[in-house]
Amino acid sequence: MGTGRLYTAVALGGFRRYATYRTATAAGVFTNTVFGLILAYIMSALWDEKPHLGGYDQAQALSYVWLSQALLMVVATMGGGFEDELLERIRTGDIAIDLYRPADLQLWWLAQDAGRALFHLLGRGVVPLVFGALCFELALPTDPVTWLAFLVAVALGVLVSFSLRYLVALSAFWLLDGAGTAQMSMIAGVFCSGMLLPLNVFPGVLGEVVRALPWSSLIQAPVDVLLGTADPLGTYAFQGAWAVGLLALGRLLQSAATRRVVVQGG
Amino acid sequence: MDGPVQSRVGERSPRAAEDPWARQGTYARIRDGLSAYRMIAAMWIRSTMAYRASFAMTTFGNFAATGLDFVAILLMYSQIDRLGGYSLPEVAFLYGVSATAFGLTDLALGSMDRLGRRVRDGTLDTLLVRPVPVLAQVAADRFALRRLGRITQGLLVFGYAVTALDITWTPLKVLLVPVMVVSGAAIFSAVFVAGAAFQFVAQDASEVQNSFTYGGSTLLQYPPTVFAKDLVRGVTFVLPLAFVNWLPALYVLGRPYPLDLPVWVAFAPPLVAAACCALAGAAWRAGLRSYRSTGS
Repeated sequence: MGTGRLYTAVALGGFRRYATYRTATAAGVFTNTVFGLILAYIMSALWDEKPHLGGYDQAQALSYVWLSQALLMVVATMGGGFEDELLERIRTGDIAIDLYRPADLQLWWLAQDAGRALFHLLGRGVVPLVFGALCFELALPTDPVTWLAFLVAVALGVLVSFSLRYLVALSAFWLLDGAGTAQMSMIAGVFCSGMLLPLNVFPGVLGEVVRALPWSSLIQAPVDVLLGTADPLGTYAFQGAWAVGLLALGRLLQSAATRRVVVQGG
Repeated sequence: MDGPVQSRVGERSPRAAEDPWARQGTYARIRDGLSAYRMIAAMWIRSTMAYRASFAMTTFGNFAATGLDFVAILLMYSQIDRLGGYSLPEVAFLYGVSATAFGLTDLALGSMDRLGRRVRDGTLDTLLVRPVPVLAQVAADRFALRRLGRITQGLLVFGYAVTALDITWTPLKVLLVPVMVVSGAAIFSAVFVAGAAFQFVAQDASEVQNSFTYGGSTLLQYPPTVFAKDLVRGVTFVLPLAFVNWLPALYVLGRPYPLDLPVWVAFAPPLVAAACCALAGAAWRAGLRSYRSTGS
């Protein structure tokens, strides 16, 4: 089918685009590894103090750290992917050209972001995780089915992350300058995804709230599937529900915004 | 009205523009660099202040984004009493000093990591032809007053630590606090400048710099007892980040030093900072000399 080929080509383009910057990728791997090292010592001091905190043992907590460093760029926890470019295109009005193209705006950028995520999984995910597994005692499963289940959860995490960042980009239609929304979204992403601290360590109601928010799909959910501390099907349902809801909201705002562009352009 | 840099170029004689530093000593060069820095920074402040609401929001955003690190520490202490043998106020003391020192450096040199991009896209050439030290131009580029958000956050945590801790203050300890913040900022600055010098060679490896700057400041927010001995050795003797806060702060807190170091190392930060800045300066000059324009 023609459209399938088109979006595959766009996704490949996204992959290749990030694959071009080899030094930057190597530098990024180095940074993820250094942060992984620092966080691993902090978390092991925390679990020394209170073993089985949040239902993890020490090896699981350390696995969490290295997996979160591996996933950081894949699920774009801190933002910084297609949305910067889309924000700029909306601000400058280049978006009008995109809307004339015989391709769906949301699907186009989703395909591109999928290519980016795949590159980061291979380019920036594997090495820090292998380094962590060599230097620390991790609780990684050997069963290929669990790894496959993990990759499905990662893919759904990318989808939720995309739909959130798509909303951030669309905000530029109303605010013109999306810098503020992008910053707020970054703050929410860092805090609520479990990048700073596993979400199951968050106490009381705060913990329940952050675990119910969409950002928990980005890091906490896939890691729990891999560590076997969450039921994969329940996790998929949670991630899928957020993805569908947020993508639909993106659609709705997109059509509202598109009508606006016509007014501005005319 | 809006071109302090250009007008300064005009003030000088054409000969000075050809070889601006030929007859200048180090002192005159530093003075020149600082005044250029001041003017470029003032220009960026004026331009940001054109959008005051945006400025207020981004300053708050900076404050909140950096504050999350400390919220994570608070969440940890909601589950435990001590981390690596340290209480929350003690960790807050380490955090406050590290965050404030890093915030000062970020305010002054926060744009240094853009150097790689300038090398790649060739805009560094523009800076080279101006009769103003390149380092001052790169450092002051996009000077962002919103970075005060980070300093404010660090100072607040520091204030909390000082009120919550029960320190018997001696004049020496009181004096050590500002000395440690300023020397710490100088050590971080050296890391920023050395990182930028590295980008003359590596071009798109600005993230390596992040692991030493942001990574270093994260490391220093926790007590040294948390980390492996070799890592502590590395940040004491190789990249002397331990002098930013660990060694002087542990003296103030009356805690034993890591690696059985002698007492006097708590007072070494100014010397270490001076040595780091000298090395970073040499690295910067070497990097700048090795620079070949993209030529495209």
